[in-house]
Amino acid sequence: MSLPRRDFLKSGGSLIIGFSLSGSVFSHSALGQSHLDPVSRPPVPGPPDARQIDTWLAIHSDNTATIFIGFAELGQGNSTALLQVAAEELDLDMSQLKTVRLDTSITPNQGGTYSSASIQRGGPQVRTAAAEARQALLQMASQNLGVPADQLAVSKGVVAAKNGASKSVTYGALIGDKPFHLAFTGTAPVKKPDEFKIVGTRAVRNDIPDKVSGKYSYMQHQRLPGMLHGRVVRPRGQAQYAVGAKVRSVDEASIKSIPGARVIRKGDFVGVVAPTEWDAVRAARDLDVTWDNTPTLPGDDGLFRAMRTSKTTDKVILERGDVAAALATGARAVSQKYNAPYQAHAPFGPNCALADVETDSALVKCSTQDVYGTRTSLARVLNLPLDKVRVQYYEGSGTYGHSCYDDAAQAAALLSQGAGKPVRLQFMRWDEHGWDNYGPAHIGEVRAAADANGKIVAYDYHGWQHNWSLVETSEQLALGRPAAEWPSSAAQGVSAANVGNVYATPNLRITNHTLPGTAFLKGAWLRSPLDLSVSFASEQTIDQLAYLLNLDPVEFRRRNITDPRWMGVLDAATKAANWTPRPAWANKSTDKIVTGRGVGLGTHLVSYGGAVAEIEVNKETGKVVAKHMYGAIDAGLTVNPAFVENQISGQLVQTCSRMFYEEVTFNARGVKSLDWSTYPILRFEECPEVTPVVVQRVDQRSSGAGEEVMAAAAGAIANAFFDATGVRMREYPLTPERVLAALNA
Amino acid sequence: MATIQLKVNDQQRTVDAAPDTPLLYILANDLELQGPRFGCGLAQCGSCSVLVDGVETRSCITPVSAIANKSITTLEGLPAWYAAQQKLASVPALHPVQQAMIDEQAVQCGYCFNGMIVKASELLAKNPRPDEAQIRSAMNGHLCRCGTYPRVIKAIQRASAAMSPGAGR
Repeated sequence: MSLPRRDFLKSGGSLIIGFSLSGSVFSHSALGQSHLDPVSRPPVPGPPDARQIDTWLAIHSDNTATIFIGFAELGQGNSTALLQVAAEELDLDMSQLKTVRLDTSITPNQGGTYSSASIQRGGPQVRTAAAEARQALLQMASQNLGVPADQLAVSKGVVAAKNGASKSVTYGALIGDKPFHLAFTGTAPVKKPDEFKIVGTRAVRNDIPDKVSGKYSYMQHQRLPGMLHGRVVRPRGQAQYAVGAKVRSVDEASIKSIPGARVIRKGDFVGVVAPTEWDAVRAARDLDVTWDNTPTLPGDDGLFRAMRTSKTTDKVILERGDVAAALATGARAVSQKYNAPYQAHAPFGPNCALADVETDSALVKCSTQDVYGTRTSLARVLNLPLDKVRVQYYEGSGTYGHSCYDDAAQAAALLSQGAGKPVRLQFMRWDEHGWDNYGPAHIGEVRAAADANGKIVAYDYHGWQHNWSLVETSEQLALGRPAAEWPSSAAQGVSAANVGNVYATPNLRITNHTLPGTAFLKGAWLRSPLDLSVSFASEQTIDQLAYLLNLDPVEFRRRNITDPRWMGVLDAATKAANWTPRPAWANKSTDKIVTGRGVGLGTHLVSYGGAVAEIEVNKETGKVVAKHMYGAIDAGLTVNPAFVENQISGQLVQTCSRMFYEEVTFNARGVKSLDWSTYPILRFEECPEVTPVVVQRVDQRSSGAGEEVMAAAAGAIANAFFDATGVRMREYPLTPERVLAALNA
Repeated sequence: MATIQLKVNDQQRTVDAAPDTPLLYILANDLELQGPRFGCGLAQCGSCSVLVDGVETRSCITPVSAIANKSITTLEGLPAWYAAQQKLASVPALHPVQQAMIDEQAVQCGYCFNGMIVKASELLAKNPRPDEAQIRSAMNGHLCRCGTYPRVIKAIQRASAAMSPGAGR
């Protein structure tokens, strides 16, 4: 999409309603056009008023509708599923609906696309707005047809009398391209589950055809006339978060042979721009920058020692009964310690952003999960008023949480501001791997006890981790803004949800020991944040109790679950896996290659995940391979079971990657895992077969479905390892070196 | 700078570029193709894959000067490449591998699917009926972060069946 410079913010003032079908507001270049662009409305600095129906949808003359959604399509299908929700309430066919790209001058602010909550948070808003629009349309049709509204029925946007009278009128004829001017009260009745025709069905994703043909326009495909290509110049691999990066000297002459290449510097932020991309890449590679490089990190080999000896802020977040007394009286008690590494988002395509910064306004296209949040950060970095900054979302490669998308947006904006031209900034592989906001490392120390009847009587979890990073690297380097952390929140620590509510036990305590994050690496939410680590520790502890009681691990869990929804996912996963009861490590084998199976439960705050892993361990090489993974999720009302199955499959595969391969390595000076060779991930040859199971609960509120099975699967894999070998892995990933060390200990 | 002649998707193209410019940047910027895309710049992931004379090639490390006089096929050109190979009367809208990726709803973010589809097309041209181990082995140099491998394998099997003699067209 090309916009004349300076024109994109000019339609100021109040919300302009009246939607352009011609697309005349936007013109298209051959490159960067998208199915999301053609129909829109005049841009006005947002967010538009969420209390107006017109903010959420528009009915067009051709009897189609545009739904304005505030959630980012990340490949999970939410942009299709939310249209299913709208189609259901409007009685429109899926082919009659479309949505537009996220844009701070077009789309509503529904909060960021976090916690896999597009359907959980966005579904009710879209549903009630669509229902209210339908109610208004029925009133109009009633007047038009002379038939009472309660005697009208709608099919594909055609309103007709229920009694079969021949008169009918379309939504398009009633209001086509005109505003409703209607307050969104949320009071219109919505359909009951037994009336659903589209919600709950397996509608196909609307983005896949263009994604396989090459027509889909990713962020990386966006261009603007007259733009330069940009790259950041940073040390290869981040140092301690508080340290950032300090420039000692920049030798601009080192790139003088590269035509048109320029250094853009602001504080410790260093970048290059050039007319061609290859020249920008070469300039970034060749620019001679000397960095202060003081060793201040513990290194990955000293990480867990440093975490256990640092001063922490301790907080008991959940306590009931008398844990200490109960631990002493249990028939069987266990005390176990587990370590989990930093892991990277590492999007397959590094983050990219395109910024056009003028003296008084800015347009930034990027792959943020939250256009309004990114707008705030860009306004601060560029020192511009909020309403002079426009942010548009373009899908990039899957991000799985807070990868470098905000950093990239800031960097592009700083380069454009410095160069006085639009700049397309793309991170190199080592920038993305090396300057990520990693999923923080974790130590879990768990003590638990069970009575002779197999009832858990005591459970005590102590977790060590640090909070997420608040200040993005570009801003930290350019403006000297000191590193700072997010305020504490449930997802940043061990929580009542992820270990507190799975099993019923009268005596329970959960304690978080929060480390000073600025002393370590940068951190942020990585898909299923901390849940894999917590499940790895907790579910192994539960399994160990079952083992000591000589009980089948599924049977032991059943005895301690009271919530039918936890029971539901446990049953679904184990049934899919054809689980036959026996205690773990019953098949003691001296073979070189042994097999094992394990079960695990887990969540990410709301939904319920269950998993079974079947693995193979080579005791001579230490190589562990998952052969078949089964995952079940109860996410309440599942709008599109096919999408959730795809999410489960992805979660099972990604969990294998994270449990067998992934760890950020670093020494005292900085991160050393900078590409797919030094940060390997799972490949085709070791990919397990996967079986996804959706536990559909139409009577329950929809909740997230993109993360919970990962937590469950992490525990299942660890328990399968014990089942195969009789050895508990205390740290992941389960690399051959670590496995051999554990087996030979 | 040099003037370089390229044959891309059966079209002769002329570009002015430094001879050491990786082919990827020429395809993506000068020729505005959206198939090959940057992933690592190190030939580790397969994001930038194209066919060069029918052989899957990592365009991110291939200097454009090394490609002159060779035939480059990108994701966009696969249907025509397939039609020529199979001597079809007309060019289908999609290569069977592309269609199979839709039929299996294999895609998540889809960024890696350029490489997945290019590599699978190369595989099926060489070996129309690969077994699962051969598929995994051929595809092993292509990474996916979303976890689509199981569905990609199914899609390649589906495409293989669709392309085999006797399969309905």
